[in-house]
Amino acid sequence: MKDNNSMDNDNDNIELEIDPEIQEESELNSKAAVLTNDLSVYFNKRAGIENINLKIRKNRVTSIIGPSGCGKSTFLRSLNLMHDMTPSARVFGEIFINGENISDYNSVDIRKKVGMVFQKPNPFPTMSIYDNVIAGLKLNGSKKRSDYDEVVEKNLIHSGLWNEVKDRLKTPAMSLSGGQQQRLCIARTIAVDPEIILMDEPTSALDPISAAKIEELIFNFKNDYTIVIVTHNMQQAARVSDMTAFFYLGKLVEFSKTRRMFTNPREKLSEEYITGKFG
Amino acid sequence: MSKDSILKNPKNLKRRKLINSVMISLCVLAGLVTIIPLIYIFFYTTQSGISSLNVDFFTQLPKPVGEEGGGMANAIVGSLILISIGGLIGIPVGVLSGIYISEYSKSFLSSIVKFTTDILSGVPSIIIGIFAYGVIVIPMQRFSALAGGFALGILMIPTVTKITEEMLKLVPMSLREASLALGVSRWKTTLKIVLTTASSGIITGILLAIARAAGETAPLLFTAFGNSFWQTKIDQPMAALPLQIFTYAISPYEDWHRQAWAGAFVLIFLVFVVNLLVRFVTRNKFSGNL
Repeated sequence: MKDNNSMDNDNDNIELEIDPEIQEESELNSKAAVLTNDLSVYFNKRAGIENINLKIRKNRVTSIIGPSGCGKSTFLRSLNLMHDMTPSARVFGEIFINGENISDYNSVDIRKKVGMVFQKPNPFPTMSIYDNVIAGLKLNGSKKRSDYDEVVEKNLIHSGLWNEVKDRLKTPAMSLSGGQQQRLCIARTIAVDPEIILMDEPTSALDPISAAKIEELIFNFKNDYTIVIVTHNMQQAARVSDMTAFFYLGKLVEFSKTRRMFTNPREKLSEEYITGKFG
Repeated sequence: MSKDSILKNPKNLKRRKLINSVMISLCVLAGLVTIIPLIYIFFYTTQSGISSLNVDFFTQLPKPVGEEGGGMANAIVGSLILISIGGLIGIPVGVLSGIYISEYSKSFLSSIVKFTTDILSGVPSIIIGIFAYGVIVIPMQRFSALAGGFALGILMIPTVTKITEEMLKLVPMSLREASLALGVSRWKTTLKIVLTTASSGIITGILLAIARAAGETAPLLFTAFGNSFWQTKIDQPMAALPLQIFTYAISPYEDWHRQAWAGAFVLIFLVFVVNLLVRFVTRNKFSGNL
């Protein structure tokens, strides 16, 4: 990507190549769930990502791939304003969520709409399974106490954990296995009812079977959420996502439909990465 | 070096095993050296103090020299009051400044706070007593429990601050992020997630500070001053266990020496009980998380 103009052209190309069925659907949801406009993040003087223009569609899974240090996570974390916590980080450009510029909103309100699942399962260690699920609601005070039971059951069912934990909801969350903890974290995330879920390599710390369960969840979540997933695992990106963005050295190299990205990528660099020539 | 060469070199292995056992023995020895003084102090004070201990000791006022009996009831109550005042000052200030240093550590002010805390923890307690004398005793024109408690509070601040900071830093960043990502505000994240996760460590720090303050004599010498009579008003001079022990121990009377031993025993026992009690009350069923 040399400059913004060529970027825009690429985006136009994508529009043209979308098959009619999806085209029709995308017109119905013409609003992008996430739109970034020249998004750059700098750490001190060093650029983490530069001039990213990306349009993430509603109710789609978008995966972000690229070698280590290419800015995948930096991009993801800018979408829910996580860089606020890093004093050295400076964010430039605009981010629109459902067509609204997020700089007009409080970061706390944005994060309620844009949930996040992290690389390492991170349930709150002092809380039980039950309390972990309702942690967001409880701390935000956004639901009545009497609704908690229902919320816990609904979200644990939704995250595929209910049958495994329904008899020990009050036991410490840390007593769960890694894969279960990650599904608990997903339940905790969806309990606050976000529209967009960001996933930062959600399965890289898990065994293959647990990872498969998470992938299945991602697949099932499509109807309800817009998902952006960063992954090191290209097979995973190919399996779960509709769209794939390839980042390299802080720049967006290619953003295509996943099928196209893995069969016939437009950029030479993408092809080389996908075929394992570097990265 | 291939694997074989290590396996085929028993001499080297022998030497390493020897070094290993020597080092382990040294560590065990050092561990014993640490617990021996405590055990010795505990048994010696118990042995010397428990014989002079009776109901009177806890219920009676000190008697003048020559009269048999008497107790340290006023000093026990006085110590509790002084420590409470100290805790009211030292714990909130210490915990809050620990939070400030750990959670908002990028500002210039926080590095000053951190530096000053380190210096303050090295200031001799008698100097802190003089400080309290200058700040409270002189303006009030009299010795008071308030001044004594204030001095103890200042003494507690650096310990509590330091431990709070260390404990909060142990809380993984990912937990803060997890909470923020749920749309929880920063102050609630700090209060409900970070502090709660670190609470058992912070409580230990507070206990250490209380235990230290409870045994301090020097800062009370010219602040709380001591008192032979009942006094629960905090603007009046007040008796304290360490002060009473000090006064009795340097006196030439055998009777008072015995009372001093009993006082020392009670003091150690109180600190011990407070430790156990708070641990019991605040024990977390999800403990072992840090």
